[in-house]
Amino acid sequence: MRTLVLAVKSMRMRRFAVALTVLTIALSVLLLLGVERLRREARSSFASTVSGTDLIVGARSGPVNLLLYAVFHVGDATSNVSWQSYREIAALPEVAWTVPISLGDSHRGFRVMGTSADFFTRYRYGDGHALGFADGKPFDDLYDAVIGARVADKLHYRLGQRIVLAHGFGGGPQMLHADKPFRVVGILAPTGTPVDATVMVSLAGIEAIHVDWRSGMRLPGMEIGAAQARAMDLTPTSVTAFLVGLKSRLAAFAVQRAVNDYAAEPLLAILPGVALGQLWGLVGTAENALRAVSAMVVLAGLCGMLTALLTMLDQRRREMAILRAVGASARTVFALLALEAGLLAAAGAALGVVLLYAALAALRGFVAGRYGILLTLGPPSGEECLLLAAVVLLGLLAGCIPAWIAYRRSLADGLQVRL
Amino acid sequence: MIPWGLTPLLSCRDLRFAWDGRRDVLVLPHFDVARGERVFVCGPSGSGKSTLLGLLAGVGVPREGRVVLLDTVLSGLSSAQRDRFRADHVGYVFQQFNLLPYLGLVDNVLLGCAFSARRTACAALHGTPRAEAERLLAALGLDAAPLRRRSVAALSVGQQQRVAAARALIGSPELVLADEPTSALDAEARDAFVALLLAECRRNGSAVVFVSHDLALARHFDRIVRLPAPARAEAA
Repeated sequence: MRTLVLAVKSMRMRRFAVALTVLTIALSVLLLLGVERLRREARSSFASTVSGTDLIVGARSGPVNLLLYAVFHVGDATSNVSWQSYREIAALPEVAWTVPISLGDSHRGFRVMGTSADFFTRYRYGDGHALGFADGKPFDDLYDAVIGARVADKLHYRLGQRIVLAHGFGGGPQMLHADKPFRVVGILAPTGTPVDATVMVSLAGIEAIHVDWRSGMRLPGMEIGAAQARAMDLTPTSVTAFLVGLKSRLAAFAVQRAVNDYAAEPLLAILPGVALGQLWGLVGTAENALRAVSAMVVLAGLCGMLTALLTMLDQRRREMAILRAVGASARTVFALLALEAGLLAAAGAALGVVLLYAALAALRGFVAGRYGILLTLGPPSGEECLLLAAVVLLGLLAGCIPAWIAYRRSLADGLQVRL
Repeated sequence: MIPWGLTPLLSCRDLRFAWDGRRDVLVLPHFDVARGERVFVCGPSGSGKSTLLGLLAGVGVPREGRVVLLDTVLSGLSSAQRDRFRADHVGYVFQQFNLLPYLGLVDNVLLGCAFSARRTACAALHGTPRAEAERLLAALGLDAAPLRRRSVAALSVGQQQRVAAARALIGSPELVLADEPTSALDAEARDAFVALLLAECRRNGSAVVFVSHDLALARHFDRIVRLPAPARAEAA
């Protein structure tokens, strides 16, 4: 207790150097915990994007690739699934429901997804949450669109807004489907998934805007007006992928095998959880590199503290001699310095946690909007507490170096200080 | 001075001390201090004056011979026991820079009993240790109240030495050791300091071993001990 009071008072006198040291450690702890937090939140955010879907089916490519483009709207499909195959697989006795997905168009940087109205009832995210409407209702008319929360927020759209879809991504004005504008009839509540950044229209709607297009080009002299298109057969010829719900999850492997062995067309069915596992395997290396870097930064922070303590040691010889003269043992001198290092590390860790929560609170809106990752402000996890404890322990261990030097020195010097 | 006990407070026999196993810097066949006695120790530079104080304080142990303080053989104690013994029974005044800059005036004095329950209890005999610290400061000519707000680093050297004396005296240790405490003071302040220190030691009943090479101060003391020059020590 007495040693603690002395350590605190001594540090208070050197408060500027101490504050800098604490800040250095705090920033390194912020990085360490921030990386860990972001990693965890990104994982849980990814994992919560698809729940309640038993299989995802698309053209044959890689499982991770299919997962990325079908669910996360990252990258593009290499080829499509024919409508015929989709119908046949949807009709399998084990299949409870299917939701087709047709990608390839965009609206002002947001993906457009053609789907069926079942999407709004079948799609689940997080712990099995269903999609909710903040405003409006699912699409009904051919030229109706439902937009995700982020689309509405970024583009300031309300119900009734007329929007024009573009063919592909980032084309010029000639790539706009300007002749067939859509009307916003529904705005979804935020989900923290890629759905927030998606414009959803019916499959027939996707078909309608492409009736006068072939191979990504408008057919010259073949313009078909919006009203004319309504009269045409708008059954799609293909979809990009589709989500499958089974009557029993036990059938998942059987259906997966049936799809993968499908004779008419090379198809791939994936279990979302398994594909996510493979994805983590891929990004795990990068994650570990990031963790290694943040661990190094913590070590650098502690080295900074060690440097400060060692530099201070010569100036504090007198202090140690005075303490020895009034009866402090060499062990007290050791404890004083080790305790100081422990306090610095603990203060740095505590400040780092404060900074982390401040950063989380400040950035959560931005991160949710930009990356669809919901940062939670929950208490530190067990793993984070372990990391913090490790930082304090390492600080204490590092402090044993100057403490040992001071200990040896105060035994050798006795009460005589050579300045 | 009439000794208060039959055995001396401090008794040293055949002391030899050397740093790192080199030649002896201190050779002292016989050195006794009675209770309450005021001893002036002088000697040329390098004669081992500071070393002697270190041995008396129990910070170091002699290579040969023994130091007996209050019937306790210091070299028979462990290093931690000697530290506790020093905290309980010895007050120490350095040549200069006696104070911890991060403690206030009174807290610097209270540091003298911070490591000793015995001295804390002793200081609390007539009130609280804090009141005793303020009384000592006042007795040594430092009024704590106006100085309290100032950092101890802002005190003059003379004032700092008096705070150090108060720290050495608080809790009435049996032995006060002073290592050239006046060497940084001017002649006038020296006499005043020594007079105040000795008056308070007398009040406390503490013996004093005062090391200095300023022989003008010797007249304040009961006895003078001259340490031999290092050349003679080497020869011995």
